Amino acid sequence: MNGIVEVAVRCQGLEKRYGDVVAVDGLDLEVYAGECFGLLGPNGAGKTTTVEILEGLLQPDAGELEILGTHWGTDDRALRQRLGVQLQETQLAEKLTVEETLRLFRSFFDRGRSIDEVLRIVELEEKRAAWVSRLSGGQQQRLAVACALVSEPELLFLDEPTTGLDPQSRRGLWDLVLDFKASGRTVLLTTHYMEEAERLCDRVAIVDRGRVIALGTPGELISRLGGEHVVEFALANDDPAVDNWLRHVEGVQDVRREREGIFLTVREVHRTVPALLSALRRHDVELTSFTTHHASLEDVFVSLTGRHLRDE
Amino acid sequence: MNRSSSPLWELTRARVVEFLREPEAIFWVFIFPVLLAGGLGIAFRNRPAESLRIGVADGPGAAALAARLDSFPALRAFPMTPAEAADELRTGKLALVVVPGDSVTYVFDPTRSEGQLARRVVDDALQRAAGRADPRVVSERHLTEPGSRYIDFLIPGLLGLNLMGSGMWGIGFNIVQARRKRLLKRLLATPMRKSHYLLSYGLSRFVFMILEVAALVGFGWVVFDVRVHGSIFDLLIVSVVGALAFAGLGLLTASRAQTVEGVSGIMNFVMLPMWIFSGVFFSYARFPDALQPLIQTLPLTPLLDALRSVMIDGAPLSANLARLAVVAAWGVASFGAAVKIFRWN
Repeated sequence: MNGIVEVAVRCQGLEKRYGDVVAVDGLDLEVYAGECFGLLGPNGAGKTTTVEILEGLLQPDAGELEILGTHWGTDDRALRQRLGVQLQETQLAEKLTVEETLRLFRSFFDRGRSIDEVLRIVELEEKRAAWVSRLSGGQQQRLAVACALVSEPELLFLDEPTTGLDPQSRRGLWDLVLDFKASGRTVLLTTHYMEEAERLCDRVAIVDRGRVIALGTPGELISRLGGEHVVEFALANDDPAVDNWLRHVEGVQDVRREREGIFLTVREVHRTVPALLSALRRHDVELTSFTTHHASLEDVFVSLTGRHLRDE
Repeated sequence: MNRSSSPLWELTRARVVEFLREPEAIFWVFIFPVLLAGGLGIAFRNRPAESLRIGVADGPGAAALAARLDSFPALRAFPMTPAEAADELRTGKLALVVVPGDSVTYVFDPTRSEGQLARRVVDDALQRAAGRADPRVVSERHLTEPGSRYIDFLIPGLLGLNLMGSGMWGIGFNIVQARRKRLLKRLLATPMRKSHYLLSYGLSRFVFMILEVAALVGFGWVVFDVRVHGSIFDLLIVSVVGALAFAGLGLLTASRAQTVEGVSGIMNFVMLPMWIFSGVFFSYARFPDALQPLIQTLPLTPLLDALRSVMIDGAPLSANLARLAVVAAWGVASFGAAVKIFRWN
């Protein structure tokens, strides 16, 4: 490592266009050294384009960029020595074994871990002699991450590392990321799973249409909703007019309507729910479903954009 | 822990291992050319006394005429109806049909060399039987030693064809697949040198080139007694230049293609003229003079000439420098162009 860098990644006014389509539209970011930073947003929000620009794989149309205290175009190979990269949807060579694949990637780096050590970290020791094509989806994804870890990078990029994985494989990968972060290194990951961002990320930037629309720790973002709980219910004879009096029920911060029903953001469930039930009785409206949950980044995203993370 | 091994070595090793784990590739590169050589070698073997099949159409004295012609070792004559004769002549089973009569008529296709030959042999036989005497005494000496047969011509031809095919397909498919799977992009995200990646293809071709030469030349030697009259070392040098030139051309054709279908089309377009014109199966001298300058600029043509010159004529490398220069120029130019326009994403 070349000393301690306070800011691992900094970019300002990043822009990237593909013809008429604006993929990244003036995006600003600051990732601190030693944190796990998440770019959270729906598909097509510009997350992958942003990450690939930061990785030096794409040329931005405009914007300032600083990675580990240096810039692309000065000594790219030296900079790449310090990065670990996992791209979305890379298929590694099918007819190489796990060990051969890792040895190939390891050979590109001046320093790094031994193959045995990496195999242990990603728990693929038993698959070391298996062809890549014979691995399960979760194992292939762990191998992709392993290829990014062979060099012991200072900064690790993970682009949708758990998309398409079963819950168990997903949790296995989360542990990997948490261990990596625990060693004091920096992670920048993209995801459209709010649970993943909440579990792994110290700070999250919510990205939509190529811009950062909210930034902070998961807790901060959720508390900005004005309440930390969501009351979700549906009515037998629904009438948009009910919104008018719902807003005035004690402790209700926000009312929004979804296909599934009505969502209230509330600060204190134990005060709002009794008030809500008596108001419903007063207006003679019948409930068909009723649940409450802790507010999540999904609720933050919906309240900011009116859309869901997993729309489209 | 410091660098474990050289990236160029690891990349080349990966290429070789991947190829060896691809049964179809093994078939096309090693088995198919040997089968082709075996099949063509048998079909076009030099038969000791190849006799021409002659039809004698029914008519006065047909049976006697047929018997007389059949007594010549170079001819096999069959009496048949005019309709049968016409049919067999048309389908190439007969070289010539004799229609007996007061004046004998020869029916044959003058554009077939077999027909021309049959006309001369049959006429000779009939005139001699009718009492013609040859005033001049001649003697013959027959050339049958290895080196002058079709298989001697064919083996170097197939060797060149194989160096071209495996260079182009082996490299083109692999690269386009790696591009489509975004593996090229992933490699670009490492500190790997791009030149190492491209060079690894050349090096793996070098390894397989030795095996390809050994398979075909060994097969020719064991089965058909095809000898390498020049030095084996010279043959390998010519093959190296050829293999690397087509590796360059393979890289160039694959440098921008996004799909396997796309690259297949480009490769067929590039290779087809050489299949036809460069003299793999027959001499390019058969093509009109106007085409010759074009034929000579195709990279496979000088490669085949050089391979045959070493294998058949036993010529030294020094006699082939101009040819090798043309082949190498193709390699250098296409490699250079490939590096310039190569698309990693």
